[in-house]
Amino acid sequence: MTDKKPDPRRRKLLLGFLQGIGFSIVGGVVWSAIVSENKKDLLVLRPPGAYPEEEFLKKCIKCGLCVIACANRENIPFDRQGNKMVTLKLAAPGDGKPLGTPYFIPRQVPCYMCVDIPCAFACPTKALDVELLRNEKGEVDINKARMGVAVIDYNSCIAFWGLQCDACVRACPLMHKAIYIDVRRNRRTGKHAMLVPVVDPDYCTGCGLCEFVCPTDKPAIFVLPRDVALGKIGKHYVRGWMETEENVEEKIKEREKELQKWQPKTPEDYLNTGDLLDE
Amino acid sequence: MSNAVAITKSQEREGEKTKAFLARNKYLILRRITQIGILGLYIGGNYLGWKILQGNLSTSKFLEVIPLSDPYAVLQMFFSGAIVGVDVIIGALLILAFYGLIVGRAFCSWVCPVNIFTDVASWIRVKTGLHKEEKRINIPRSTRYWVLVLGLILSPILGVPAFEFISPVSATHRGIIFGIGLGWTLILAIFLFDLFVVKNGWCGHLCPLGAFYSLISKPASLLRVGYNLNKCIECMECKRVCPEVQVLWMIGKENKPVLSGECTNCGRCVDVCPENALFYTLRFKKSGGDKNET
Repeated sequence: MTDKKPDPRRRKLLLGFLQGIGFSIVGGVVWSAIVSENKKDLLVLRPPGAYPEEEFLKKCIKCGLCVIACANRENIPFDRQGNKMVTLKLAAPGDGKPLGTPYFIPRQVPCYMCVDIPCAFACPTKALDVELLRNEKGEVDINKARMGVAVIDYNSCIAFWGLQCDACVRACPLMHKAIYIDVRRNRRTGKHAMLVPVVDPDYCTGCGLCEFVCPTDKPAIFVLPRDVALGKIGKHYVRGWMETEENVEEKIKEREKELQKWQPKTPEDYLNTGDLLDE
Repeated sequence: MSNAVAITKSQEREGEKTKAFLARNKYLILRRITQIGILGLYIGGNYLGWKILQGNLSTSKFLEVIPLSDPYAVLQMFFSGAIVGVDVIIGALLILAFYGLIVGRAFCSWVCPVNIFTDVASWIRVKTGLHKEEKRINIPRSTRYWVLVLGLILSPILGVPAFEFISPVSATHRGIIFGIGLGWTLILAIFLFDLFVVKNGWCGHLCPLGAFYSLISKPASLLRVGYNLNKCIECMECKRVCPEVQVLWMIGKENKPVLSGECTNCGRCVDVCPENALFYTLRFKKSGGDKNET
């Protein structure tokens, strides 16, 4: 304890500092809320060569050089009104996408899969990185793009009615690989074949040309981000019948370790106990 | 009574207008030409494929080769944990050197598109005398430095460059070049804030980008506004138009150039000074003299 009175100037300085801190926390909370809401768009489709969303958002400086490269590339198609079909857009306020980042909506303008990939090469921050597009030969290859994956709603696909429509297959830049035709029996007539489209996610780049050409009002085939659309099989499922299956024994050992921690579910988790039927 | 005072004041002011319109607005006109010209180059870069300036104020390519990047944005990216390309680092250093060593905080008044809107708000305020009658809301000018630091603190927490996600400056510039969407609401908000809430509220109190350029141009930027106490008649026109009045503390007091980094080098004071007591000069150039010298 000192008998000196506290220095009023020091007191004021300290108070000012505390006010600043308080104000910063209030502002920081609001700021964070805006940013974390804005960056959370599960359905956004990114240009080719983009890192996974979280990494992409860190690296993208929102300069729009990819959009400019897309808009000013050679052989750009025009719509019926004579406007350039620019695939990439930069998210403006109100678009509902992370602000200022590039995206595309395939139903409006799909990615035309330029072989020289001007957008990815234009990126100054490597948020779009051509290194992610190298094929087995080490060449930069647009077919290695994984912008998303096409998904078919077979309830609204007319090919599943037995009508002949192969619009998506023919539009696909990787025809018969990314989308192929499967011949099935038409059970309605009993004597015809149905030629239905099937997507192979191993090849699909997510360019969205299929979605663009789909003749139904709302497309029956559409591109979703791969994270959203694709499931993942656990390591413990081993395809013993495949010669290409690797590390089978390791996988089994790993699974055995996991099993030791396993807590089995009780019958109540599986069975309908009847409580839903009461009403 | 107050009316009479106002009339005599305005008459006085009429009397002071010895400079012709062009001389009185030289740098203002040059500034608008620069701002709109730069915007035009960017717009042409996107829509017409011009190769002079492509991109936007966050990052652009000058003449297809030279990268230019917003150093504050790049700093936020570092803080968010991203490993960025060499291009943007070079670009950020170029911009740092240009503003920090040569032209000072000129970005704010000569390049930034938001400046056009906030200047209009400030002009209306001065013309209508709004700031003399309003209920004063006090936001310290130091707030911007807090926002600057907060942007860097939030970047690693949110895992993204935090200010870039809400920056009205980037959003406006991007909007003008790439399509504005609802971005005009941001511009309107800033305009109204500056007009009715705080004078020079956005650029002079809150914007961390301005704060950043203030900090980097404080120590060494070459281009400064010089002041000659001998010529000064203390009409205070400069203080009336200055968006960062505190930098003009020496008016009528000391024979010193404006050395504060917060001066945007807009040259408005140079424009309005009837006696040419304020002028563009270089940092280490000796100018003026003391009052007795004449």
